Amino acid sequence: MSLSPELQKTPLNGVHRASGARMVDFGGWDMPVQYSGIIEEHHAVRRAVGLFDVSHMGEIEIRGPQAFDLVGYAATSAVGKLAVGQAQYAGLLYEHGGFVDDILIYKVSDEHYFLCVNASNQEKDYGHIAALQKEKGFNCTVEFASARYAQLAVQGPLAASVVQQLTAVDLKAIRYYRFADGEVIGVQARIARTGYTGEDCFELFVAPEHAEALWSAIMEAGAGHGIKPCGLGARNTLRLEAGMALYGHEIGPAINPVEAGLLRNIDLSKDFCGKPAVEACAAQPLKRKLCGIEMLGRGIARDGYEMYVDGAAAGFVTSGSPSPTLNKNIAMCYLPAAVAEPGHTVQVLIRGQQVDAVTAPLPFYKRAK
Amino acid sequence: MLVSEGAGTIGITDHAQSELGDIVYVDLPKPGTKIEQGASFGSVESVKAVSDIYAPVTGEILEVNESLASAPEKLNQEPHTGGWLVKVKLTAPDEIGKLLTAAEYQEYIGA
Repeated sequence: MSLSPELQKTPLNGVHRASGARMVDFGGWDMPVQYSGIIEEHHAVRRAVGLFDVSHMGEIEIRGPQAFDLVGYAATSAVGKLAVGQAQYAGLLYEHGGFVDDILIYKVSDEHYFLCVNASNQEKDYGHIAALQKEKGFNCTVEFASARYAQLAVQGPLAASVVQQLTAVDLKAIRYYRFADGEVIGVQARIARTGYTGEDCFELFVAPEHAEALWSAIMEAGAGHGIKPCGLGARNTLRLEAGMALYGHEIGPAINPVEAGLLRNIDLSKDFCGKPAVEACAAQPLKRKLCGIEMLGRGIARDGYEMYVDGAAAGFVTSGSPSPTLNKNIAMCYLPAAVAEPGHTVQVLIRGQQVDAVTAPLPFYKRAK
Repeated sequence: MLVSEGAGTIGITDHAQSELGDIVYVDLPKPGTKIEQGASFGSVESVKAVSDIYAPVTGEILEVNESLASAPEKLNQEPHTGGWLVKVKLTAPDEIGKLLTAAEYQEYIGA
């Protein structure tokens, strides 16, 4: 299998290939989809700990006296509520209310915000935010900083036990959705307790030249805990069980946050790009809503499959897959609002056959506290 | 495909199951169904994708491996034995001559 010369590579590409990982073209990036197997990697994260290379993700830094104003205008969330060292999930919207991207906002200081954005949207996000800064004339700079960061995600109930061996920073003091800057294996790192799997989680941002050393150190520290390197295949089954959105599936330019139901903290008390469209949508009865389904009949509902309610085409699957932890076939989908509540029987069209499914609450899986 | 007394046992190769990854679902037709060489007669699903199964010969399905419904992972574990898919009555036995032998297949996949 020859490698297209245009595929982008993370600093850990050599490590993945040397370990025999199966590689795929993920939005223009040469990424590992699996190492030992998706199901085995999925179970490792739920039961012990898994390590992911997520260096393809993008980073944007906003600095200056009006950094808060820009971030507050660009994002849907209540940015004003963020403390220094705290992170927040938000949407970036177009004026028409559709999603540019979903992002994580980290408040580094009153004049410095660090954004982590989807790999496939990073140039678009940067252009969008930079245009807003120009339009509003906010006194701040917007830096497309992706080249300065590699990112490794350690996820699972034993994640803290593994990462603590590599840093003097007290991880118990970093609560969920908080972060601290400090040293890990003696190099500067942003240590964030954020993740995309529904388990305890650490996302470590380091300079790209330290990525390989950090990967090896984590694998060594995790050896006694059953750590497994994990690819994008397991990343997807894990986030699906946790009811987390994926851009291009649950959210996208033609979907607004009200119907996605995923942004509980849309801050309507402030002005933000796309606000009038969001308010207009919220003012009317919702036509469609994101919800979960579990298959009742034999079959796996997959991305894009049509759905039927009372014999009529009524919606579509946004993400679907077997669920290794729940031992069922699950999916997220858009359905008419009346049906998008748990307990309704619907059908999924799977290769010409209508197969029964039942609507279910999100998330499908929640870790024990 | 294993042939004996005009009937063939069809499965997928070890190479195929390895390429597919964890198999989670197998969709096979009922006994009595006619299959045609080169046409899809069912599907095998991995976690991430659906793959058609193509008939190596023309014939009629005699028996289906029901154990795969509850244990699809058998296809990964024993593709050449316990993970057999269907048993087929061959209606055009000359077709076998056109199939690759195990050695020719290994060469084909570049092993």
